Amino acid sequence: MSSENKPVRKESLFSKKNRKLLKDPLGDSNPITIQVLGICSALAITVQLQQAVIMSLSVLFVMIGGNLIVSLLRNLIPDRIRIIVQLVVIASLVIVVDEVLKAYQPDVSEKLSVFVGLIITNCIIMGRLEAFALANKPGPSVLDAIGNAMGYAWILLVVSIVREVFGSGAISLPGMGQVKFLPEGWFIASEGFYENNNLMILPPMALVVVGIIIWIQRSRNEALIED
Amino acid sequence: MEYLSIFVKGIFVENMIFAYFLGMCSYLAVSKTVKTANGLGLAVIFVLGITVPINYLLENYVLKEGALAWFDPSFANVDLSFLSFIMFIAVIASMVQLVEMIVEKFAPALYGALGIFLPLIAVNCSILGGALFMQERQYPSIGEATVFGLGSGVGWWLAIVAIAAIREKIRYSHVPPPLRGLGITYIITGLMGIAFMSFMGIEI
Repeated sequence: MSSENKPVRKESLFSKKNRKLLKDPLGDSNPITIQVLGICSALAITVQLQQAVIMSLSVLFVMIGGNLIVSLLRNLIPDRIRIIVQLVVIASLVIVVDEVLKAYQPDVSEKLSVFVGLIITNCIIMGRLEAFALANKPGPSVLDAIGNAMGYAWILLVVSIVREVFGSGAISLPGMGQVKFLPEGWFIASEGFYENNNLMILPPMALVVVGIIIWIQRSRNEALIED
Repeated sequence: MEYLSIFVKGIFVENMIFAYFLGMCSYLAVSKTVKTANGLGLAVIFVLGITVPINYLLENYVLKEGALAWFDPSFANVDLSFLSFIMFIAVIASMVQLVEMIVEKFAPALYGALGIFLPLIAVNCSILGGALFMQERQYPSIGEATVFGLGSGVGWWLAIVAIAAIREKIRYSHVPPPLRGLGITYIITGLMGIAFMSFMGIEI
C-alpha cells in the first residue's frame, strides 16, 4: 500500500535485488542442500541424466507458471483456503506437463512414472508460493521461481551425472539416447580392467551423493554449518 | 496371505523412504527427536489408511476408462484419468482437513499429539505417492488397496522413528562440522537404505 503514495520509481529488471533473487538459490540458499525442499523427486529420478533434465524442465515450467499465477492472484486468495488454491494451480500445471510428456517423450514419461505427479507435492513449489509469490509482485516472483528451479536443477544434474557415469559408464540426453563413452575393451567382460559400479544405480547412493555435495558446499562456506 | 504379503512388502521391500524417497522433506525436517517423529509417523499411517481406499474408489468408479458405466451405460467409453492428479490432491487436502476437525472434536488427546502435524501432511509426498502407486499397480480390491496404504504408512513411521533415534544419539559423536545436521542425516539414510535392500525379494 505504501508504495502507492510514494512517487513510483521503476525498478529495473536486473537491479541488485533481483539479481540476488536469481543467484542466491544457486548457492547459499539452495532449495535442496540448505532449505531442505523438494528432495523426494530429486533423489528418485537421478539414475540417468536424461530423466533429470526432463524433470528439471518440468519443475522449471510448473514453478514459473505457479509463481506467476499465484502472484497475480495474491490479493484475491482468501487466507484460509490458500493451500487448496495453490494445490489446484499447481495440479493443473502438472497435468499439462504430464500430457505433454506422454505425447512427446513417452519412454521418459514411462520411467518417471509417478514422479511427474509428485511434482504437485514437491515442497519447493509450495514453499516458494507460500514464502514468496503470495507476498510479491509477478516480476520478482518469476525471477524467484527461475532461481529456485535452477538451484534445484543443478543439484539434480550433478547427482545424475555422477550416478550415470559411475553406474553405467554412459551419459544420456533427451533425444540422443544413452551414449556409452568407455571403449568396450576396457570392461572385464571383454578381458579389460574396468567394471561399472552397480551400487551407484541403486536408490541409496543418491542420498550419499547429495550428502557429499552438502559436505563440499558447507566446508567451502563455514557460515552454513549447523551447530 | 495376499494381504500379509502386501503389508510386509509395503513396510520393508517397497519402503516409501528407502526405496522411493517419498516424504523426505518432512522426514528430514521433523526427525530431530523421537517423540515428534513418532507423532508425525502415526499421523501418516492414519492419513494413508484413509486416503488410499477413498482414492481407490474414486479411481475405479469415476476416473478410470469405462469406470462411469455403473452410472449410465452410455458413459462406458469416458476416460477421465487425466484428472486424477487434481482429484487425488483435492481428496487428500480435504480429507486431511476433515480428519483434523474430527480428531479435534472427538479425541482431543490424540489431537494434542498429532495436531500440528496434520496440516503438514497434505503436502507430504508419501500420501500422494501412495495414491499414485495404488493407481499404477491396479490393486484388484479395496481391501488390498487399504492394506497397501497401511503398510506403506507403517514403513514410513518405522523409517522416521529409526532416523530420529539415531539423530538423538549422534549428538554425542564427533561428526565433521560441515556434515553436521543435514549432511550426516542424508548419508545415514543412504546406509539405512542399503540395509533395507537386504529385504528385497521377500515373498510371503
